Amino acid sequence: MEFQTIWFILWGLLWAVYFALDGFDLGAGVLYPFIAKNEMDKKAMLHAIGPVWNGNEVWLITAGGATFAAFPTTYAYMFSYLYTPLLIILFALIFRGVAVELRGKATSEQMKKFWDFWVFAGSFIPALLFGVAFGNIFMGLPFDDSGYYATVFSLLNPYGLIVGLLFLFTFIVHGGLWTALRVPDTLAEKAALKAKKFWYLQAICAVLFLILTAVFTNLYDNYLKLPYWFVVPAIAVACLLATGFYLMKNKRGKAFISSVLFIITVVFSGVIGLYPNLIPSAIDPKYSLTIFNSSSSPYTLKVMTIVVIIFVPIVLFYQAWTYKTFMYKITEKELKEEGY
Amino acid sequence: MDTVLLSRLQFAITAAFHFIFVPLTLGLSILVAYMESRYVATGDRDYLRMAKFWGKLFLINFALGVVTGITLEFQFGMNWAEYSRYVGDIFGSPLAIEATLAFFLESTFIGVWIFGWNRISPKLHALSIWLVALATNLSALWILIANGWMQHPVGYVLRNGRAEMVDFWAVVTNPYGLLKFAHTVLSGWIVAGFFVLGISAYHLLRKNETEFFKKALKIGATFALVSSILVAAVGDFHAKEVSRTQPTKLAAMESLWETTNDAPMYLILVPDPKNERNAVEAIGIPSLLSILAGQKEIKGLKEFPPSERPPVTITFLSFRLMVGLGFLFIILALWALLKFKTIENATTLLRLLLWSIPLPYIAAQLGWIVAEVGRQPWIVYGLLKTADAVSKAVEPAQVVASLVGFTLFYGALGIIDIYLLAKYARKGPEPKEV
Repeated sequence: MEFQTIWFILWGLLWAVYFALDGFDLGAGVLYPFIAKNEMDKKAMLHAIGPVWNGNEVWLITAGGATFAAFPTTYAYMFSYLYTPLLIILFALIFRGVAVELRGKATSEQMKKFWDFWVFAGSFIPALLFGVAFGNIFMGLPFDDSGYYATVFSLLNPYGLIVGLLFLFTFIVHGGLWTALRVPDTLAEKAALKAKKFWYLQAICAVLFLILTAVFTNLYDNYLKLPYWFVVPAIAVACLLATGFYLMKNKRGKAFISSVLFIITVVFSGVIGLYPNLIPSAIDPKYSLTIFNSSSSPYTLKVMTIVVIIFVPIVLFYQAWTYKTFMYKITEKELKEEGY
Repeated sequence: MDTVLLSRLQFAITAAFHFIFVPLTLGLSILVAYMESRYVATGDRDYLRMAKFWGKLFLINFALGVVTGITLEFQFGMNWAEYSRYVGDIFGSPLAIEATLAFFLESTFIGVWIFGWNRISPKLHALSIWLVALATNLSALWILIANGWMQHPVGYVLRNGRAEMVDFWAVVTNPYGLLKFAHTVLSGWIVAGFFVLGISAYHLLRKNETEFFKKALKIGATFALVSSILVAAVGDFHAKEVSRTQPTKLAAMESLWETTNDAPMYLILVPDPKNERNAVEAIGIPSLLSILAGQKEIKGLKEFPPSERPPVTITFLSFRLMVGLGFLFIILALWALLKFKTIENATTLLRLLLWSIPLPYIAAQLGWIVAEVGRQPWIVYGLLKTADAVSKAVEPAQVVASLVGFTLFYGALGIIDIYLLAKYARKGPEPKEV
């Protein structure tokens, strides 16, 4: 296999892991104002994501860094074409991060309300816009060799919005499940109830996504060429159904795992359809940024592959250890003692 | 204004803001780790209170350091797409390695440290803050290796219309990057040393927990003294490297116009870039500049066409002021240690120490200005001009909007940060358990 293909798979994997992890803390942030009605609930929800959100977000930085290192031309054009939406995501993530860390230190009611707002808005905006961005990438961006011809408003087209909503609802379900696993019982019930309701919306968007993808994108071309790849979206569908099934049965741990697998397989369903493009051109395929015309030199890719093979397993090992250490149900007593 | 200037301004503002938080975390993580280890080793609960007190201040900064760092990574692609395309083959790798080796470690174990007090053993808990300290400093290593390459490109060939890496080891061991790393990290340690010194001085002035804050002051002063002596030593090596690799920057740092043998250094000097000379040159020390630069002949700015010279006045002043502050740090830290036995009564010194808290921050920013403004007009020294590096697809209006946004948002965050730091610093440590 060429190094470009290896890095294409890694590129997909980094995004998939990012969405599977940060997805639940973004989702919990969206649910936050709707289910945490008193101070104790709010503390519990922030505590639920507190130990891990930061580590989760580094997967985004790594996905960005890996794109820069492995596919610099794509990095350059993707980030400059999507300047305004990325900027909005960036501001949202900055304020969310600060809000999660500093809310506990606010003393006045006003400051608390301010940070509460940003926990929500800073989670809602990226959840939706990441989906919009990927939807538009699936469709292809309008660029040729002399420039880019879209605006932030043209990105908000029906297909982009459907993918945006699919991301948003998926993260809400995902975040509701995580919250239900970690917070005290009364609040956990509320979170699980929300997850159940949003699962239906998620399922509707997933069906629309499957249909509209055939209309608006060329993603299915690769599948029609090599039909055995259909197994990946089929697993995604099965995971979505399993999430719903376990949710209704109140088996939240299993539902959460199914949700993780759903996110990963959905991302890979998109990635398989894109190959070998990273960003297709909606004007003419000859301008598309592919893994071959936008990659680093074989030497750099080789060096980076060695780095990744050594260090990513180490990262996975200690992150798994933190998940194991902090995967416990928070008690009210503990919340009263913590200053966080 | 055009996209280039606006993008430069935006990068300068966002980098400077990021660089308010980072230097403190470089050193304070080590000090907190040291305090907690002393507690684990001796069982003296004062050290535990110390670790928690400074740990809280550390955390307020940490969150801001992390989130403002994402902005910088994004900006390479957003505002400097042509740069990213041209150097991505080399520059992207250290950045990706930084994320993989350092950011994960840092952000994962900071979570363990905050939430693990009652969940893991004291030893493992102390280990987690050491890992944070290691990772924070490791991340500086990789970003400065990347920056070092922009200052002095090595291990590459020009191929396919861009710089391609041919020798990863040369990039990693680029002396420019390693010296810059040592200089920068040590400057961060000074920031942290004076932070602990100054806040301890504040409480000693108020006779608040004298025992506790004397202990802390000693740690801060020792750390600040060692770091500020080392930073000067490394700075000397660094200057020699600059004179070898970036003659225009060195000439601008010293405002030297004519190529000179055995160049003196003038204690008082006023540059006059318009007329390509200095308006005032007084009290020259013979040959000092040549000695410090490590070579007999120093090239003057006139050797280079005006289009390849960096802005002289700002580079020169920033450098002078940084060096001056560096000497001040050695004096202040040494003074605090010599006076240590009765320092609670030395009110003048204590006040000086309190008011010195911002100075190392300023010195660090000045150093950054020397490095980055002094490299102009090149974004990659000798290879790529800043003006050719900017994104073609981005309109000035977009950058204006983001620039205004960043300035307002960051301004607000800065105020909140200072407010919280001051509040918790004043409050002092948790009371002793009876």
